[in-house]
Amino acid sequence: MKLTLKIWRQDGPTAEGAIHTYQLDDVSPDMSFLEMLDVLNEQLNAEGEEPIAFDSDCREGICGMCGLMINGDAHGPEVTTTCQLHMRSFSDGETITIEPWRSEAFPVLKDLVVDRSAFDRIIQQGGYISVNTGSAPEAHSVPVPRDDALRAFNVATCIGCGACVAACPNGSASLFMGAKITHLGELPQGQPERDSRVVNMVAQHDHEGFGGCTNIGACTAACPKEIPLDVISQLNKDLRTAIKHGH
Amino acid sequence: MDMPDTVTAAEASLSGFLDGDYDDAVGYYTPGTPLVDTKAPDGPIAERWQNRKLEARLVNPSNRRKLSVIIVGTGLAGASAAATLGEAGYNVKAFCYQDSPRRAHSIAAQGGINAAKNYKEDGDSVHRLFYDTVKGGDYRSRESNVYRLAEVSTNIIDQCVAQGVPFAREYGGLLDNRSFGGVQVSRTFYARGQTGQQLLIGAYQALERQVAAGTVSTYTRHEMLELITVDDKARGIVARDMVTGEIQTHLADVVVLASGGYGNVFYLSTNAMGCNVTAAWRAHRKGAYMANPCYTQIHPTCIPVSGSHQSKLTLMSESLRNDGRIWVPKNQADCDKDPRDIPEEDRDYYLERIYPSFGNLVPRDIASRAAKNVCDEGRGVGPEVDGVRRGVYLDFASAIERLGEQGITEKYDNLFDMYERITGENPFEVPMRIYPAVHYVMGGLWVDYDLQSTIPGLFVTGEANFSDHGANRLGASALMQGLADGYFVLPHTIRDYLADGPFEEITEDHPAVVEARESVKGRIDHFLSVNGTRSVDSYHRELGNIMWEYCGMERTETGLKKAIDLIRSLKDDFYRNVKVLGGAETLNQSLEKAGRVADFFELGELMCIDALNRRESCGGHFRGESQTEDGEALRHDDEYAYVAAWEWAGEDSIPVLHKEDLVYTAIEMKQRSYK
Ligand SMILES: Cc1cc2nc3c(=O)[nH]c(=O)nc-3n(C[C@H](O)[C@H](O)[C@H](O)COP(=O)(O)OP(=O)(O)OC[C@H]3O[C@@H](n4cnc5c(N)ncnc54)[C@H](O)[C@@H]3O)c2cc1C
Ligand code: SF4
Ligand code: FES
Repeated sequence: MKLTLKIWRQDGPTAEGAIHTYQLDDVSPDMSFLEMLDVLNEQLNAEGEEPIAFDSDCREGICGMCGLMINGDAHGPEVTTTCQLHMRSFSDGETITIEPWRSEAFPVLKDLVVDRSAFDRIIQQGGYISVNTGSAPEAHSVPVPRDDALRAFNVATCIGCGACVAACPNGSASLFMGAKITHLGELPQGQPERDSRVVNMVAQHDHEGFGGCTNIGACTAACPKEIPLDVISQLNKDLRTAIKHGH
Repeated sequence: MDMPDTVTAAEASLSGFLDGDYDDAVGYYTPGTPLVDTKAPDGPIAERWQNRKLEARLVNPSNRRKLSVIIVGTGLAGASAAATLGEAGYNVKAFCYQDSPRRAHSIAAQGGINAAKNYKEDGDSVHRLFYDTVKGGDYRSRESNVYRLAEVSTNIIDQCVAQGVPFAREYGGLLDNRSFGGVQVSRTFYARGQTGQQLLIGAYQALERQVAAGTVSTYTRHEMLELITVDDKARGIVARDMVTGEIQTHLADVVVLASGGYGNVFYLSTNAMGCNVTAAWRAHRKGAYMANPCYTQIHPTCIPVSGSHQSKLTLMSESLRNDGRIWVPKNQADCDKDPRDIPEEDRDYYLERIYPSFGNLVPRDIASRAAKNVCDEGRGVGPEVDGVRRGVYLDFASAIERLGEQGITEKYDNLFDMYERITGENPFEVPMRIYPAVHYVMGGLWVDYDLQSTIPGLFVTGEANFSDHGANRLGASALMQGLADGYFVLPHTIRDYLADGPFEEITEDHPAVVEARESVKGRIDHFLSVNGTRSVDSYHRELGNIMWEYCGMERTETGLKKAIDLIRSLKDDFYRNVKVLGGAETLNQSLEKAGRVADFFELGELMCIDALNRRESCGGHFRGESQTEDGEALRHDDEYAYVAAWEWAGEDSIPVLHKEDLVYTAIEMKQRSYK
């Protein structure tokens, strides 16, 4: 198939960016979206134009490194990561607009690459269970009901890609945060730090410039791991409880 | 017999090199002195690790803050070590090339992690895990290291559960297990098909907790491009800030490489796009020996290649072999039929037929070669690539009947989705098509029992070292090794080294530091100034083809010699004709790749030399010249029961081979049989 690609190009963090238009022929429907960009980059390199910078690593939908706004949708038209999107989801002759994540808390570094280190800083403020190496009790000493373990697992699948933030009109990271709060909050091991965790993570979230949640639900619609919206209710509930407890 | 220019026949025979009938690699290497001291303690195998821990000197808590550790890599091996050393109070810097430590390639591991918990009461024990791992590795690993691995495996599960890793559980709330290839007990812990992700998130969270505590600083989007050695000790690294292009030097008392595997030398592999050998190779060039580089694991269950645009291959977890049955049509004429129309009696479940006692659960090397053989016979399925169908069926029909779609979804959910997304076919309806692909490297930097390389102060953990898996790794034991090294082994052994501190202060203007920094800048300037005609990727792809063709599932003397010539001339051309656009002081992905591919050329050549030297078949290394009458791998313990540790001898010299003899006291060497 033949495509017209309108792609955001920006030389560096402080440079002005703009949309550039490229033509690409010979795209196979079996290619992944990023392989299509690889082919474009080979073409650009051959023509003497610097290839387009974009992030990816595992290309299996699990590392969370990739992430593009494709025709205005975070990760494109399917419920998956950009790297797992295939060209069979597009049609011959189509025009595709490709932009980086747009959010105050995710500044653009170059072309389609953004800085998501704010997510790491949120985790630093409590997204863990404090247990030093070697001090853990025997694994079977605390049984975990299977359903709780399953619920914890289902939200622990968040890959930290940031699509929820990119999709949210307020640029909120509530879904990302709610997933972590719920994962650790479902497990007996996560209880001792439950109050401080939510309070500190939310404080860091706000400090990083992420917006507030107004229950629009665009995050969960864009989330490649289908993290459900109710993790945000859990987050709010935990926050209220923590405040009641005097945090 | 022709001799290399650099050794006399007398020298060669003195070092034992002419004992066997063959020396295929004559002219490609220089014999060196044997490696004798591996620091493995003596005594009964079950007491060695306890003894070593007792012997390892302690560092006073108040001195730890003054001792600095650089860790390159934040995968399971690196993040676990960084968190643990941070908790102990050392001053740690952790580096990764991704934008967050959580994205290291460990995240992609699917199937599970082994531990000798014996929760199933099916006869498992530390000794059995040890035995299975040594046997699975085809008796080419060091027994004391493997025993220790089995011993600490149980602590890993405790640690991860305490961190909140949501392993699969049974209805009673206790942990569930499944079995993996090459073993007959159920000892694999898992979190659906995302075990690596969950374990890494656990280690990552422990790491970030230390960042908040001020003991660890992370350097994301930083790539190590050189090792700094002062007075022959590792004292730091040169790293490039991948956003600004700044070339930085980071100095420390000790350096740990946890930089993962180099399977991407084959271009197509199940590794992430950025996986590389640069950190390890730069250390190799500075004096760290590279051990058994040719030992590559070709994983039997990957999605077959679909076309020339392909940038990577995708693994379908080996755990699928628990429930899926592998087959091809008995008759070539059926190969392009809809598999559902081929009746039972016309199907060849070849693994169940050839290996009745292990069936679909034979180790990876055996399953991969069997798939290649049936495809070579013309009984492969799926589209033809270069005139041959390269695929076999992995069929879940009977498992779906037994467990229902719901049961399968609970066990493998994301794997079935992923398969459908990539191929456009629904595996609940038609059997999956799979084919072997490069997946893991058992080879890596040589380390002693303490995980220290031949450069004092340089430790190597995880897939980057060579130590535990011999010539073939069993499923679910890389995660085990990475976390064993990082949580439970390195923190003890590195302590013994650090107890020698405080170390001499080094400054940025030390000649060795300046030299390392300038050499990195020189390489970058070179890549940007060639201004040739070919992209980095095109070289990488061509190198990968050479490696797959001649140093892949089957290797021969003629093929390997040809590969070495091809690699040498391709590398030459690369340095004269590569085209890297953009600048040095900006994010430049072509430039990053150029550095990695340059190192892959040198590694690829060494892999071929190593494979050429080892004229035996063992584990994942299959030499066409060394097979039994029915085509099984044939080892030659009398000649090759050693670790081949290669020393870099300089740009224009051939490498030096040092041998570490493998001695088994707790286990008897046998020919493997899974029949
Ligand atoms: C698809 C797949 C599935 C697998 N499934 C399983 C399984 O089910 N069970 C199992 O036991 N094993 C499995 N494995 C193998 C296992 O995942 C790996 O061997 C293991 O995770 C490697 O961990 P590591 O910490 O050594 O390296 P990695 O996780 O690869 O981490 C390497 C780190 O080094 C950093 N790095 C590398 N080079 C540089 C550099 N030059 N400068 C700075 N940083 C650098 C990277 O950024 C990264 O942080 C699987 C592997 C793959 C590919
Ligand atoms: S919640 Fe979903 S969209 Fe947001 S970071 Fe996690 S996986 Fe990505
Ligand atoms: S590249 Fe890893 S999730 Fe897309």
